[in-house]
Amino acid sequence: MAIALTPGVPIAPGGEAPPERVKRKGKTAYFLLIPGMAWLVFFFVIPLGSLFLTSLERPLGSGPSAGYASALRWQNYTEALSKYDTEFLRSFWYAGLATILCLIISFPLAYFIAFRAGRWRNLLLVLIVAPFFCSFLIRTYAWKTILADDGFVTTVANSLHLLPDDRILATPLAVVFGLVYNFLPFMVLPLYASLERIDPRLIEAAADLYARPWIGLQRVTIPLAMPGIVAGTLLTFIPATGDFINSQLLGSPRTRMIGNVIQTQFARDALPTAAALSFSLMAVILVVVFTYIRRAGTEELL
Amino acid sequence: MAIAIEKATDARLPLHYRFTRYLRSHFIPAIGILGLIYLFLPIAVVFAFSFNDRLPNGRGSVSWVGFSTDAWTNICVDPNICRAVGTSLQIGVLATLAGTLLGTMIAFALVRHRFRGRQSTNLTIFLPMATPEVVMGSSLLALFLNTRIPLGIVTVLIAHIMFTISFVVVTVKARLAVLDPRLEQAAMDLYADERQTFRYITLPLVAPGIAAAALLAFSLSFDDFIITYFNKGPSITTFPVYVWASAARGVPPQVNVIGSLMFFGALAVVLLAQLAGKVKRR
Amino acid sequence: MASSSSSGKVEDLRLVNLVKDYSGVRAVDDISLTIPAGSFFALLGPSGCGKTTTLRIVAGLEDPTSGRVFIGEQDVTIKPPYQRPVNTVFQNYALFPHLTIHDNVAFGLKRRGEKDIETKVSDMLDLVELSDLARRKPAQLSGGQQQRVAVARALINQPDVLLLDEPLGALDLKLRRQMQIELKRIQVDVGTTFVHVTHDQEEAMTMADTVAVMNSGRIEQMGAPEEIYELPKTAFVANFLGQANLMEAEVVDRDGAQLVVQAYGNKWAVPTARAVQNEGQIIVGIRPEKLRIALGAASDTEATNSIVGTVTDASFVGVSTQYLVRTPWGQELIAFEQNLAGGDRIRVGDEVSLTWEKSHSFGLAGHENVDAGVMDLSGAIAEAVTESS
Repeated sequence: MAIALTPGVPIAPGGEAPPERVKRKGKTAYFLLIPGMAWLVFFFVIPLGSLFLTSLERPLGSGPSAGYASALRWQNYTEALSKYDTEFLRSFWYAGLATILCLIISFPLAYFIAFRAGRWRNLLLVLIVAPFFCSFLIRTYAWKTILADDGFVTTVANSLHLLPDDRILATPLAVVFGLVYNFLPFMVLPLYASLERIDPRLIEAAADLYARPWIGLQRVTIPLAMPGIVAGTLLTFIPATGDFINSQLLGSPRTRMIGNVIQTQFARDALPTAAALSFSLMAVILVVVFTYIRRAGTEELL
Repeated sequence: MAIAIEKATDARLPLHYRFTRYLRSHFIPAIGILGLIYLFLPIAVVFAFSFNDRLPNGRGSVSWVGFSTDAWTNICVDPNICRAVGTSLQIGVLATLAGTLLGTMIAFALVRHRFRGRQSTNLTIFLPMATPEVVMGSSLLALFLNTRIPLGIVTVLIAHIMFTISFVVVTVKARLAVLDPRLEQAAMDLYADERQTFRYITLPLVAPGIAAAALLAFSLSFDDFIITYFNKGPSITTFPVYVWASAARGVPPQVNVIGSLMFFGALAVVLLAQLAGKVKRR
Repeated sequence: MASSSSSGKVEDLRLVNLVKDYSGVRAVDDISLTIPAGSFFALLGPSGCGKTTTLRIVAGLEDPTSGRVFIGEQDVTIKPPYQRPVNTVFQNYALFPHLTIHDNVAFGLKRRGEKDIETKVSDMLDLVELSDLARRKPAQLSGGQQQRVAVARALINQPDVLLLDEPLGALDLKLRRQMQIELKRIQVDVGTTFVHVTHDQEEAMTMADTVAVMNSGRIEQMGAPEEIYELPKTAFVANFLGQANLMEAEVVDRDGAQLVVQAYGNKWAVPTARAVQNEGQIIVGIRPEKLRIALGAASDTEATNSIVGTVTDASFVGVSTQYLVRTPWGQELIAFEQNLAGGDRIRVGDEVSLTWEKSHSFGLAGHENVDAGVMDLSGAIAEAVTESS
């Protein structure tokens, strides 16, 4: 099998390493990465650091107007959290509830589009996303109209004695309802994306192997849709926790969420308090997110 | 005759079976349809209320006053509303261009190149999506205040580009990841150098992903209220900010007109794109 | 080596000491060979044997860890794929989904700025009988049609070497047979060197002038299909290329041009020229279709080699019957009998004798594993039964 070497062609005995070919080197990667990553570092990472520093500043006078100076005043955190612990917990409670409701509504919807819609699939996807091209605020206002005290929905619910407060607007129900509505596509789309990838034959195979439909769903469909479920719940839960528009427009002072507090504290120039609350919110969310991702075994989402 | 009827009834399946089968086969579509009704209810209200009349004192109302096409014929009766839409469009287009470019570049680097610091890069891209808007908005505000950068259209643009990048990266990356590397190898095998391969093969095949990312970036930017609200300063009013501010004196029906226009416009664009795709495939 | 029909333009392909390591795993282990211009060469081996890696190194899609690739006198080892006179028919074809058939075929010519692209493309589409489909997109074509587009897209560039990476793997059995003949016809027509990678031994033997059997990054044996089938040099080749009965034996004597071996109380003869080793422990091999099966004891044990045993399985497959015969020492041998008589078959449980011509035996090195390469065959057994008999 050995061949006679052609004279004039230099070949080192034993096979010398060939010279490197000019191809994609590391440099291109950095050229592609640096502009975008720099943007994120300057306007996301550094601001977070800046926010952290702000959260530790001490007041120069008695009121917020007196200004603040750099310090390491950790009391800002304890003070802010003990003062606004209700709003803090309420945010997670509302957001958690809204996420679960979103999941309950979205799963059949996404399942229907992925497996039953046939040639209507693309149209349905467009229809799911379409309402969200109409501004977030306008839609929330529309809910204000729909849920108004003298509106159809409230009247019907009242005549059935379903409402403890005799109204929907300005109750926690309305806020959670608004959250569910506004973040629904963030749940439906990732769910659809992972359901669509499931080979329907897998579900049939489960049925063939004695799984009742419910068990098949539990043991085959849901585990395979897990990346979508995790992505969807995160994309819903995270913005819902920090949201203040739904609470502002559909709720009352009794439904204030942490976003409302942060926003008002910033507006009142109480910067360290607002920053401490923001940072605490971020920290709690990150802990929740990472624990959740680990638990669900979907680290590849990162 | 009697025999025939009896045979027919015999052939039918038991009633309880037919009932549960009916429920089973209609349960999921029923939920699907209910879901769609739920999604479209507010849109119907927005559209209906774009024909709402104003209150006698000239303010908008959340309840029905009377039918009027006035809002549709006089959209810019308050010049601020159209100026706000203009500002939003301007910011949306610029942020989309920059965010899509920067995000697409990162996506290519992540999928196609080896480099050091991949883990921290991934984390930096993931974090903005895991951060509530109120935190991003307030932290940027803290930075701008600390560095004495004046708030205005520039700070809003900076913020919008920042939060669109991650979504663009994720969208384009998904498209790139399913692109068969053999197609690019085939192009190289057929005498296309790196640049030609990118131009004739990679770019056309990734283009739908980039377009989707741009669409997403635009709608995120156009619709953003929270981050904008923190970083806009007094001189800038985007459309969502206008809506927010007008709430106090009653949202004018023109806002509903613009909401309806945005809805139908976007629907038309998407449907046309789908149709064009279908024709092209033929 | 098969003789080549080299035309003046086409060049030999030479691989010199080619090595490829993937993070410590050696995928290609010091391969050196010359593929003469104009030949149809098959690299045959199980998945993971390094055949596709070798092909990709030739295409320029992979860098070798060391070694060189020559086309004629030209060293192309470090040339990027788009500067090599080599084209590839990819596994699953890699047709550009957004381009029409016409544009797919014209792609390479356009990149090189050739003239007269329209004529060349339509001629090529005529050759592969796809002229009617020029304006379609790849997704609208059947598997067989896509396959022909892939060949046309590569061949139109008149490469010195055409590489085919499992080109028929995605087709069903019947279409595969058809395309094997078709590809062979095209190769004879254009006279280009074809290097064909496959795990299908039957496909390799049908099409190629020269077959190289690869295993764990090395070429185990290379030669004309008949040559390596009739005289395998290793247990792997014997088992991977068709089927073989391999029995451990010891050389006890040498009788002229024959080795006399002893195994489990039997004495057999193996031609010295057909044995890789002339003394000590060896492995005696015999192809199943060379065995004659008969009821009762063997009649002539002098002129032929023979074994007695019990039939444990008989599968009738139409043109032949495949028997499994258990020897007294517990080994199961395979024998094919052509369906000449029609009916009156030997039944399971019958005592039979297996005999074969001494000249059909081959001898392998005694240290080898008689099962090497067997596992890779499982799927092809049924085919081998019909094909080989």
